[in-house]
Amino acid sequence: MRKLLIAAVAAFTLNLGAAQANSGTYVPEFKDASWSFEGFFGRYDQKQLRRGYKIYSQVCAACHSLNRVAYRNLSALGFTEDEIKEIAAEKEIRLPYGDAGALLNDDGEFFTRPAIPADKFVPPFANDAAAIDVNGALPPDLSLITKARKGGPHYVYSFLMGFMDEVPEEVMHQKGFVLNEDKNFNIYFPGYYNSMPPQIMDEMVEYEDGTPMTGEQHAKDIVAFLNWAAEPELDHRKSLGLKVMLFLLVLTAMLYALKRKIWANVKH
Amino acid sequence: MSSPEWKNPAIKWVDERLPVFSLMHHSTAGYPTPRNLSYWWNFGSLALFALIIMVLTGVFLVMNYTPHVDMAFDSVERIMRDVNYGWLLRYMHMNGASMFFIVVYIHIFRGLYYGSYKGPREILWILGVVIMLLMMGTAFMGYVLPWGQMSLWGATVITNLFSAFPVVGDYIVTLLWGGFSVDNPTLNRFFSLHYLLPFVLFAVVGLHLWALHAVKSNNPLGVEMKQPEDSIPFHPYYTIKDLFGMGVFLMFFLYFVFWQPNFFGEPDNYIPANPMLTPPHIVPEWYFLPFYAILRAVTFDFLWIIPAKLGGVLAMFASIILLMALPWLDRSKVKSCKFRPVYKWFFWILFADCVFLGYLGQKPAEQPYVIMSQLAAAYYFAHFLIILPLMGKIEKAVELPESISAAVLKKSEDA
Repeated sequence: MRKLLIAAVAAFTLNLGAAQANSGTYVPEFKDASWSFEGFFGRYDQKQLRRGYKIYSQVCAACHSLNRVAYRNLSALGFTEDEIKEIAAEKEIRLPYGDAGALLNDDGEFFTRPAIPADKFVPPFANDAAAIDVNGALPPDLSLITKARKGGPHYVYSFLMGFMDEVPEEVMHQKGFVLNEDKNFNIYFPGYYNSMPPQIMDEMVEYEDGTPMTGEQHAKDIVAFLNWAAEPELDHRKSLGLKVMLFLLVLTAMLYALKRKIWANVKH
Repeated sequence: MSSPEWKNPAIKWVDERLPVFSLMHHSTAGYPTPRNLSYWWNFGSLALFALIIMVLTGVFLVMNYTPHVDMAFDSVERIMRDVNYGWLLRYMHMNGASMFFIVVYIHIFRGLYYGSYKGPREILWILGVVIMLLMMGTAFMGYVLPWGQMSLWGATVITNLFSAFPVVGDYIVTLLWGGFSVDNPTLNRFFSLHYLLPFVLFAVVGLHLWALHAVKSNNPLGVEMKQPEDSIPFHPYYTIKDLFGMGVFLMFFLYFVFWQPNFFGEPDNYIPANPMLTPPHIVPEWYFLPFYAILRAVTFDFLWIIPAKLGGVLAMFASIILLMALPWLDRSKVKSCKFRPVYKWFFWILFADCVFLGYLGQKPAEQPYVIMSQLAAAYYFAHFLIILPLMGKIEKAVELPESISAAVLKKSEDA
């Protein structure tokens, strides 16, 4: 009876299913990785962002959109205006009905135009249904992925490195655990099974700046790029923060001195 | 204190027709304040400061925000990425809400410790509780506006609470939603109210200050000002002390804005709202957690006529409304816990109980957390309804100082 009542309350707060399914499930600590953008003085490493962008555009972009980032934003990675124009022009944008007076041309194909720097990254699929049809599940948009997961970049890194061929003992013996041969086991993914196969491997993308092309390095670089996609303001934010803090320190110290002076003769 | 004689003819001319200069004088240099206020008395002015920050950043955010379910999330992301200093405005507004609650909760516990709710400050205190209720409503509706997953599902859970009321419950919920689920009409009305309520808040803060200026500040001794030596003018003594407090507060506040902007937030709210997908954990903002724990603690039908859900809702509202009765529940003549050797400890137990309730509020609704919530919630009510009235009867207070100045002079002699 007591259990029933508890369940009723849990259900009414909409907390039930997952709250109870998640408690007691085995999730290891996130893998250790560090980035230049962490900490008080942290800044993005532009070279790393460019490496990460290369991985995104050559690997991730085949399935994952990056809807909130525009080609013009790539200037933050050190690309020149002309380079950005070229990158954008490689993609075609479907024209909405009306721009060309019709949706399809005489050959029955969509009217398109090359993308320009002001356009957002062109998604790999026309819509969610097409993406699901090809992938079996919806590959999430990556624009905010490091902000939208507990653990942020550390989670995304651990996830990328967390695919396993063998299900570990701790999970195998868990109550309610069911093997799923159709999907991919990932120790960090809530529910363990993910539709995406492992993507990270050594030399998956060629680096031109001499950085070792290990799987760990690739994963670090792509996560740095994704963190930039989610928080492009980070460099500006932290550098402005330092100036503001310095100003406030001086101001507050002066206010304190003034307070001492004004109160000097008041016993309190 | 009488109005000063204005020497400047222009000021004199204006003041005779609109006594704004006299008003300013009365509430600053002519306003007597206890000379012994500690830094705990900084949090009132800090709360007003936080409110002003919220209104200012909010006004600018609205210029770029679109209250529509299809565009709200995108418009917030546009503020974060493309609006000049939009990220700063939004992070200040987001973290400002948490700061406002931190400051106000400290302000409230200060009032509890030093008995600031007791006569003649009953109305001042009740207005404070009204301010807290308005803040909660405003904060809740503001959290819905970015239209992320937690916005949608938080709104769903909280608005659903009203369905617990018999007969009228479902009508209230439909009215709140403007339809049959949390959707675009809900977002629109919450946006409208989120812009309205802060101005109501300002008005009640005005009353709160009016009442304060009538009864004057309490102080750490809890002994009223009796003679001129007990007080000092608010300006310059407390204006400078408050300004210094604001400097410290700004550093604390902006540390989060610049380095940990999402510390108080839920990652799920960076996922656009999806009515077809319930997030695994629906957690309210941290400042609602103790009340959320009380809500969930009632898992049993009460007195056979009140179902558990209604009981929880009533308990949650009661836990706040109860505070309004505090001036009459506390029978002790002594205000400050400094002179209440026993009750002082109960104050700290209550404080710990509230923190514990906050911890329980973010735990899943399962054992052992349910029984812990029930005990902690029961203690919360017992504190106000049993311990507090009883203490007034049985506790022997330490002897009070004769006056503020006597105590202050004695302290400086001892030192």
